Amino acid sequence: MNLTKYLKNRLDPLFGGTESPETKRKILLMTHVVVGYPSLEANWKMLEAMGEADVDLVELQMPFSEPSADGPLFVKANQEALRNGIRWQAYFDLMKRASERFDFPMLMMGYCNTAFSMGFENYCVNIRKNGGEGFIIPDLPLEEYGDLFEYSRQHDLDPIMLCTPTNTEERLRKICGHGSGFIYCVARKGVTGKNTELDISAEKILQQCRLYTDLPLALGFGLSHAEDLRRLHGKAEIAIVGSALLKTWEAEGETGYRKHLLSLAAARE
Amino acid sequence: MPTQAINPDASGYYGDYGGMFIPEILRTTFDELIAAFNEAKADAGFWQSYVDVMQNYSCRPTPVTPLGNFAETLGGKFQVFCKREDLNHTGAHKANNCMGQGLLVQRMNKKRVIAETGAGQHGVATATMAARMGLECTVYMGAVDVERQRPNVFWMEQLGATVISVTEGTATLKDAINAAMRDWSESMETTHYVLGTTCGPHPFPEMVAWFQSIIGQESRQQMLKINGKLPDKIYACVGGGSNASGVFLPFLEDKEVELVGVEAGGHGLDSGQHAARFSGGTVGVAQGYKTYFFQDDEGQMMHTHSIAAGLDYIGVSPILSHLHDQKRIRFTSATDDAVISATKLLMRTEGIIPALESAHAFAAVVEEAPDIPDGTQVLINLSGRGDKDIFNIAEAIGDEKWDEFLRAKALKK
Repeated sequence: MNLTKYLKNRLDPLFGGTESPETKRKILLMTHVVVGYPSLEANWKMLEAMGEADVDLVELQMPFSEPSADGPLFVKANQEALRNGIRWQAYFDLMKRASERFDFPMLMMGYCNTAFSMGFENYCVNIRKNGGEGFIIPDLPLEEYGDLFEYSRQHDLDPIMLCTPTNTEERLRKICGHGSGFIYCVARKGVTGKNTELDISAEKILQQCRLYTDLPLALGFGLSHAEDLRRLHGKAEIAIVGSALLKTWEAEGETGYRKHLLSLAAARE
Repeated sequence: MPTQAINPDASGYYGDYGGMFIPEILRTTFDELIAAFNEAKADAGFWQSYVDVMQNYSCRPTPVTPLGNFAETLGGKFQVFCKREDLNHTGAHKANNCMGQGLLVQRMNKKRVIAETGAGQHGVATATMAARMGLECTVYMGAVDVERQRPNVFWMEQLGATVISVTEGTATLKDAINAAMRDWSESMETTHYVLGTTCGPHPFPEMVAWFQSIIGQESRQQMLKINGKLPDKIYACVGGGSNASGVFLPFLEDKEVELVGVEAGGHGLDSGQHAARFSGGTVGVAQGYKTYFFQDDEGQMMHTHSIAAGLDYIGVSPILSHLHDQKRIRFTSATDDAVISATKLLMRTEGIIPALESAHAFAAVVEEAPDIPDGTQVLINLSGRGDKDIFNIAEAIGDEKWDEFLRAKALKK
């Protein structure tokens, strides 16, 4: 699939969409699942809820023993998922099952050592074979990509690049130049899971990236509520909500999770 | 000013190892650090200021001590010397790196430092540096290590540092590193991360090895002065690899000098409970760099074990990995039991209490003694002193009077 086209085809023309899109959303929603946490069964319920809410894009995180870019909640989730015995096979089984059942495209998210241990080519083969459309590797800067760019082209996958508020203009230009699918803009310093006031740094990173790319821009790190999404209308094409939803699952279970998800989904219109 | 015999390429690689696997949020910080380090390296005055600080604050140059009694117990046909890094301020080679990075922090005009620590030696050395240089200091330490090394925690806090006990993962050194990286990814504008060993993303391996190479430079001159020639073999324990890099690198081009790195053999290599990365490890990428890691076939890090907290680590310096592949350094390991008996031997024969980390190097010499040719001159890097290990050593030795003392103290409370 052409991920960029798919995304633009769901957005209102006034908000970065194509002329006659399928849906006229003012922003799209990308959600996150740490595979194996709290359990594969719970993951499936989360994915079903995402399907019902017609979430636009989902990242499936392959757990890693050293999740150094994640905050406390996802660190715990990574750790517990590994303790639950999650290995590549279980991860890709879930991805395959989900790709057959749901309409939303999925990205593999995970740390570099998984791709490195699998071998970059195998990594791409496995994502493609199991229905993924791309990947996000937070600890792999473009200088270390090597032939991963080539393999992702061969297997028609989008490597999602990250831009952050501390990057220089020159660096942002370079990252955007390697962009594919969409650009993942990090709203603030720090790790995942803390609240973000949509402050100047978030708006600035979006404005800067806009100068260097025509790809849709996603904003992530610390978005929680429908309000956060509404405030981003016209500023970003995609809102990423990860930790906040997992927090709701832990506090309120499946019912609360569905409610939270639906309120986020409604904030796209 | 030292020029290293081995330097990373422009991307921070030593052969296939090293690199910079960092999140984008820290890119600018690393670029600034590389620039500051390169500037300092090119400034002869900077190295001199480092040597001055180490002389007037940390007892450098540390002596080389001949260990005649120790050698005699082993058969007496070869000579043993040891480099006394245990006589550094705070009792280990860790002070070298900390004072060096502290001077760099002053150049960068940052006001806060963070550090990870395993055994606690690097934490204490960072805390003293911060106190002396007027910096705010936070030290991350695995909860398991906090328990093993309470005296060091006490001193760090007394020195004004905040010690944060890390309960994630295996609650040891690697998890403390992750926690420090998380702090840094938010605090980088005001904060420098004083990484304690020759690991992590570029430029840390190069920078830490550069400061630590003062050990090998001094040893070289001292051995030449004592014997009129270089030692035949040099032994050093290897956790992350900072004391080993420090003592080895200035001898790298002296091909006649055999360099031996000693990893933590724990309960034995067959037990799976050890930290010998060159025996049980494979190449991977974690904590910002590529090297040999103690990991499973899917790249998940495994539990390491060592009686010495400072060697209980999943990765190893990319510099040492490269020199391992080049066969310039030979690696071996010593078990916990061998380490305890080597510790006892060194105490009884020479009146020196080695850190359990450093005792690994002595244990390897004890084990290899029958094969060491007559007349050989062996240099061992005594990277730290063992007073801090009193609880562990007493427990391992099974000293009943010490147990009674602890019970009596506990009852008094």
